[in-house]
Amino acid sequence: MRTPDSVQHHGRPAAMRSADRLPRLLPAGFAAGSVSLAEHLARYGPAPAGGLNGPRRAALTEEVGRSGLTGRGGAGFPTARKLAAVAAGHAPVVVANGTEGEPASAKDKVLLARSPHLVLDGAVLAAGLVGARQAVIVAHPSVREIVDDAALERRRAGLDAVRIRVVTGADRFVAGEASAVVHWIERGVPTPTATPPRLSQRGLGGRPTLVQNVETLAHLALIGRYGASWFRAVGTAAEPGTMLVTILGAVREPCVHEIAIGTPVGEVLGLAGGASAPLQALLIGGYFGRWVDASEAAAAPLSAAGLAPLGAGVGAGLIAALPDDACGLAETARVARYLADESAGQCGPCLFGLDAVAGEFQRLAEGRTSSLAMLNRWLGQVDGRGACSHPDGVVRLISSARTVFAAELEQHAQGWCCGIRKAGLLPVPPRRQP
Amino acid sequence: MTTGARLRVDPIACDGRGLCAEILPELISLDDWGFPIIRPGAVPGHLEAETGEAIRVCPKLALRLSRD
Repeated sequence: MRTPDSVQHHGRPAAMRSADRLPRLLPAGFAAGSVSLAEHLARYGPAPAGGLNGPRRAALTEEVGRSGLTGRGGAGFPTARKLAAVAAGHAPVVVANGTEGEPASAKDKVLLARSPHLVLDGAVLAAGLVGARQAVIVAHPSVREIVDDAALERRRAGLDAVRIRVVTGADRFVAGEASAVVHWIERGVPTPTATPPRLSQRGLGGRPTLVQNVETLAHLALIGRYGASWFRAVGTAAEPGTMLVTILGAVREPCVHEIAIGTPVGEVLGLAGGASAPLQALLIGGYFGRWVDASEAAAAPLSAAGLAPLGAGVGAGLIAALPDDACGLAETARVARYLADESAGQCGPCLFGLDAVAGEFQRLAEGRTSSLAMLNRWLGQVDGRGACSHPDGVVRLISSARTVFAAELEQHAQGWCCGIRKAGLLPVPPRRQP
Repeated sequence: MTTGARLRVDPIACDGRGLCAEILPELISLDDWGFPIIRPGAVPGHLEAETGEAIRVCPKLALRLSRD
């Protein structure tokens, strides 16, 4: 029987013929620089957005639902549901979120630098699926030029029916939050806004707005071309497809890699050349993620289901490896201070509470007089009390540090630290002048 | 009996003046920095009047009732 999928299979370019071949999103091999439009089309075949009439749009939207694609920006929301919510509104707009304000994460920058056209394909397709005529691409400053060049190349080729506008993302941690991205594009203010209204109802210029992470859009571009079955050929049944991961810390070759979802964490570290020192813990998910014991995590599949028993999640696809001779409490204290400083300063509990939490945790990490009871009280008082989830993320990070580094916490309380290496493994930008 | 509605605060609009907690201590306490913590769940029927008063006196118009 000829299924729609087998039809698509025969039309697939050689490079993409086998569905389980990785990488899908990043160019294969080590050639530096971004992929030109001609190379891009030769590898993947024609862009999927051409001639999207009503029935084709409905069929493709269903195909996205079948693919099981979820957002790759950290929240993991089902893409098809977001598409449907925005498509229901009048005159919507699409925003491709490549802000990547998390200083330890590099996957969105690498994707935009290497495969800008795949992201643009996805943004244009998403626009077609929701009935938008405009797509705004928000690119990290380091890759803005590449995205500009790619957009220009497409305009010259007359490729897209959708107007593409490129905007430089704000280089701040909270700037990547969806409502902050819209706020930034509209008013040049990179801070989250209050909900309601939901962005899917009233976002950019008052229009229903689809904000999708750039990696999500790149996957969408491939689902549009090759279908849901192709997409689901790797990954797990519940969490299909591939994901980009940033691997850093005590590994031989820190890098961004594309993995099948569910690949064991130990194997993922292997893609970065393996551990460069005996490891004690891993920070998984990002600065809003959780610390886990390195040996407990090694066999765990890198997926929401695989990490749940460890209390962790995939987040934005980050793994930071902490070597034995580093101090997890000191590292956490630095990141907590950074995150507290990065509060948008709009919500009292976040502005004052995170500062208090970071200060108390810092004293704890330095073995100075501090109160665990006070820290607990404040963690409870800031959790869930912002307009966005910034305070919740800090609570999560610190809570996991307290569990995983419980023995060290005891030692620090008595005034000594076993860390030999100076804190500084996790990248944190220099403090801003207030 | 409850009103079926929940009291919510817009944390961006809220300035921590604290009038709400004085009027409605049954549902609103203040954190260590003076910002309101609202008791979860629907507003009980017998506190409807005080809840309305708390919403009215907020100088930042940061309180509202929500039915979702």
